[in-house]
Amino acid sequence: MSTTPALAKASTEERSTVRALLRLWPYVRPVRARLATAACVAIVASCVGLVIPLVLKWMVDGPVADRDPAGVWLGALYLLLLGLVEALLFGLRRWLVARPLAGVEAGMRADLYRHLQRLPVAFHDRWASGQLLSRGTTDLMLLRMFLAFPLTFLLVNGVTILVGVGIMLVQDWTLGLVILGPAIPVMITCAVFEKKYSAVARRAQDQVGDLTTVVEESVLGIRIIKGFGRHRSQARAFHELSHTLRGTELRKARLLAAIWAVIVALPEVAIGAALVVGTVQVADGSLSAGTLVAFLSTALALRWPVESIGFLLAMSQEAATATDRYFEVMDAEVEEPGGPDEPAAVSGGGPRGPAVRGAAAPTRAAPAARLPAAAAGGGLRFEGVRFRYPDAPPDSPPLLDRVDLHIRPGESMALVGATGSGKTTLTALVPRLHEVTAGRITLDGEDIAALPREELRSMVAVAFEEPTLFSATVGENVLMGAGGDAGEEELGRALAVAQADFAHALPQGTGTQVGEQGLSLSGGQRQRLALARAVVGTPRFLVLDDPLSALDVHTEAAVEAALRQVLADTTALIVAHRPSTVLLADRVALLSGGRISAVGTHQQLLRTSAEYAHLMSGPAAHEGPEGSREGDGR
Amino acid sequence: MTAPTATAPEREQPEGEPAPEKPALAADDLFDRDVLPSPPGATAVLLRSLLAPMRARVALTTFLLLLQQAAVQAGPLLVAYAIDRAVPALRDDDHGPLVAVGAGYLLCSLAAGALQYAFVAAAARVSQDVLLDLRGRIFGHAQALSVDFHERYTSGRLISRSTTDVESLRELLDEGLQELVTVVLSFVYIAALLLWLDLGLGAVAVASFVPLYGLMRMYQRRAGRVYRQRSTAIAAVIVKFVETMNGIRPVRAFRREDANDADFAVLNRRHERTNGDALLEMARYVVGSRLVANTAVAGIVLWGAYRVADGTLALGVLAAAVLYLRRLYDPIDRLGMFLNSYQSAAASLEKIAGLLAQTPSVPEPAAPKELPAPASEHPGREVVFDGVRFGYRTGGEVLPRFDLTIPAGQTVAVVGSTGAGKSTLAKLLARFYDPSDGRVLLDGTDLRDLAVPELRRGVVMVTQEAFLFSGTVAENIAIGRPEATREEIEGAAKAIGAHDFIAALPDGYDTDVRKRGGRISAGQRQLVAFARALLADPAVLILDEATSSLDIPGERAVQRAMTTVLKGRTAVVIAHRLSTVEIADRVLVMEHGGIVEDGTPTELTAGTGRFADLHRAWRDSLA
Repeated sequence: MSTTPALAKASTEERSTVRALLRLWPYVRPVRARLATAACVAIVASCVGLVIPLVLKWMVDGPVADRDPAGVWLGALYLLLLGLVEALLFGLRRWLVARPLAGVEAGMRADLYRHLQRLPVAFHDRWASGQLLSRGTTDLMLLRMFLAFPLTFLLVNGVTILVGVGIMLVQDWTLGLVILGPAIPVMITCAVFEKKYSAVARRAQDQVGDLTTVVEESVLGIRIIKGFGRHRSQARAFHELSHTLRGTELRKARLLAAIWAVIVALPEVAIGAALVVGTVQVADGSLSAGTLVAFLSTALALRWPVESIGFLLAMSQEAATATDRYFEVMDAEVEEPGGPDEPAAVSGGGPRGPAVRGAAAPTRAAPAARLPAAAAGGGLRFEGVRFRYPDAPPDSPPLLDRVDLHIRPGESMALVGATGSGKTTLTALVPRLHEVTAGRITLDGEDIAALPREELRSMVAVAFEEPTLFSATVGENVLMGAGGDAGEEELGRALAVAQADFAHALPQGTGTQVGEQGLSLSGGQRQRLALARAVVGTPRFLVLDDPLSALDVHTEAAVEAALRQVLADTTALIVAHRPSTVLLADRVALLSGGRISAVGTHQQLLRTSAEYAHLMSGPAAHEGPEGSREGDGR
Repeated sequence: MTAPTATAPEREQPEGEPAPEKPALAADDLFDRDVLPSPPGATAVLLRSLLAPMRARVALTTFLLLLQQAAVQAGPLLVAYAIDRAVPALRDDDHGPLVAVGAGYLLCSLAAGALQYAFVAAAARVSQDVLLDLRGRIFGHAQALSVDFHERYTSGRLISRSTTDVESLRELLDEGLQELVTVVLSFVYIAALLLWLDLGLGAVAVASFVPLYGLMRMYQRRAGRVYRQRSTAIAAVIVKFVETMNGIRPVRAFRREDANDADFAVLNRRHERTNGDALLEMARYVVGSRLVANTAVAGIVLWGAYRVADGTLALGVLAAAVLYLRRLYDPIDRLGMFLNSYQSAAASLEKIAGLLAQTPSVPEPAAPKELPAPASEHPGREVVFDGVRFGYRTGGEVLPRFDLTIPAGQTVAVVGSTGAGKSTLAKLLARFYDPSDGRVLLDGTDLRDLAVPELRRGVVMVTQEAFLFSGTVAENIAIGRPEATREEIEGAAKAIGAHDFIAALPDGYDTDVRKRGGRISAGQRQLVAFARALLADPAVLILDEATSSLDIPGERAVQRAMTTVLKGRTAVVIAHRLSTVEIADRVLVMEHGGIVEDGTPTELTAGTGRFADLHRAWRDSLA
């Protein structure tokens, strides 16, 4: 159920809170001056607080004992001044860090977003978006809070405690030692607690991620749940998970409660002991009443710094877990931009395709000269392409093995194959959404591995089987497929080709918002807009993955007629399930057993390939309703 | 494209999403702006109803805290006692008071620790139970709400309701409320003790809370505004984030990365600014409250010291008062934290209350009826649309007035152009919607009178979108009938032609669809969806474009299976590919929400009507 693949790795490694948190340094670096200043200010403010009891002592032993009103006024004035300084310094600390820390959080979020956008598609296949989102929101918020409080205050409180203890020791070293008594047991408890808490905190965070996944799925699959009346069992699964989470949270709370109990009780016991010893000394006359008041006042002033260590550690722990989770994603390798400098990473791996006739291929000059049609290596060419998903076991048979296919410049090729034969995967290799395991793909003679991805993807336009629209206007969604200079004219033309003229009839025409936050369109409408997006930039290479599946017969016919004109001078690879789509293409390639087993025109393949005929013959096309049981009767 | 009306370009959709058009109507704006109407005070009612069942435990928790605070606040009192009584007593060789102080302090310390443990544990239990309840309510309610709601209230919002919004309530309960109760209790205790120790000093301390209260109110007002801005800003960030990650393929293919970075930067910066504003508001509050508190301490000490010098106040009392004062003002910062979490929790609760206030437009019956025993040995049942009218709430009728009787055991194919009302018909029969007028009857029983389990034994619908839940392939099929055995699951998969590809997966039926090697193509997902429906074994089966992603052999295998599976069952098959029609006993051609042709496939094909045209076009497309 867990959707965090890296979890296993994280738990086997020896984890260290400090080491995890140190990784935040690059983000903290730019604001280090502010943070350091803020910490210094906080230390000063905290120490000012510790001086207050000394003023009290001075007042009690001096002016009060001497009944000197002027001295009392002076003491009160000192107190007031110290109080003002303390308040302003604490305010200054917050003011110093407020904007910079909001900046650190935003910076980390922007980096995460940037990084995620450039991670291989295979990464996104594995990670639920809920898990990614929780890293971009809750985890980063935890980190900001860590930088604002625990990081500063662990230091500040540490210094405060040391100074306070120093003051107490100077005033009366026996009492000071009594107060120090519980320090070691408290520290040991904290260390033990840190370990346990860390494990539980991580578990809780992951369980929240899993719960998010169930919520997400139950919303996305709502029609299935409703259609089968399964909302009770779905609710049961949800309840189980949320009960587990509750259990983990309660364990977390009990650990926290235990540490609180120790941190509250032990110092109090020490203060009590100090009170008894101090009272005896005051009675003896070896200690002034003022000193005892000041001493206890200091001890009480230290109570908060000591008590807070528990939750500061807990917060640090959670922040360390959040850091781990954040870097789990940030450590994943992004796609290199690719280009001539990048060694053609994959070409060495496997057996080169039989034909490396690319000798005459136009080299880097090619992009400038549009449609170098005559070149032998022109068009779209697959050479000995092998592909296995990077996360598949290395000994499993590759999904695609030795695919050789040449689509001539300006030619359109239909790709036909049984369900699950790897057609969609093959199309994903062209814009390098996945990397070939071995072999190479060339566009007009250029190895796509040698092209910068940016340039490659500007040459190849794709329409996916799942037509995704973004939260933007219809026009913006379509024009995404073109360069920056495309305008109304291109938009109109593309909409016409895709038979998506309905867009003009939407409430605000092509300016209508669609996507997650806009008008919801039907599958057929979305598919036509996705098609318009693919053709709007008049790309040299077009990859269409079953582009007409959601259209009814009439619309399909109209789209096909218009698409034929576009395809006339475009090199295209079209995944097809049906004869009507196949007929858009000049030739057909049959993908079978991980390789291209036949290439030819539709009619040729119908005659020569039994498998193709099987895939393409309409069910019972020539028979009555009852005869369909035996398929096409071959 | 034939659009029924000018304002509603495509009301009905092939794959089963009705297009609830969102013109600028007030009701729709509420969805767009993510503010659902909720009755006034709904937030308070919600919070009360969440806490009501915990009343006893809340009381226990409060009681524990009362005791704990009593133990903690006894300290300075014992100091005063030690200075004013134990010291003179010791000088008179009386050790009694000293022993009493020591024992008292030890007892209080240990009690404070133990009670602290008990309190934190008990409070956590209360807050976790409230959260459990709330999570369950949101989830359950969202599941109970009808499909049309989900189509308008995007998934991102539901997810943020049940995650970030619940999280902010957790913060309120865990940090905020405990903090508040602790602060209030310690204030009451300390104020009472101070008043008891010395009326004058106590009165000054209490009076200092007047300006503090004013500060707090001001902060609350200002922070509230900032927090609302911040929560809107983060919501925008989340939407952009989720949309990008879910559409990563087109993002990459169309090189949107840089443009997205720029868009995201704008949203992110807006959040950064409001976030900084919120932190600065807090800084202002802290400075203000500290200034008031420290001034009050200086004033009280001045007056107290003066009176000790006068001899009208005991030294020990002054010492105790000073110690108490420090404690009195210590938690002011924490009160700010409470206000923080209160603000964001209030905003979240308001949104949750809005969601919970939505009533399901397809409610469960109050007094469910049972379906009559099947008339024959066949599982099929008769379906009647009796004067059904239906329109989406944004106006315009999809089905103006619709009457149809499908005898038990008949397989009906419904064809027609986009927007003719085919999917609406299917959804009314599956009771995803209720008709605005008229009835849909299953063996004479109104669908609205059937409880969910009974309804789903009667009618099951397979749609085009074949979503897989995380879990194994077998579990996904078993959604059709959770109590099915492995043999039955495999049987269903074999019948539909899905067995071979499933068996070829790394772990066969136990392959986790979200894990390594679990990639399943769109066509294969549809096969799983079919197996699911077969396993459910309903009296009426609706197939809405359920074969669109299958290749021809796959579709043929499904159809072969259907001829056996559908035998004796009532079936409604919607397809724009006419291949499906071949297995039907009867064909309905729909246009503008009405039936324009009705007959057997052979009759209609031979005729000259629309179906004959469609059929010819389709035959041509097969080449």
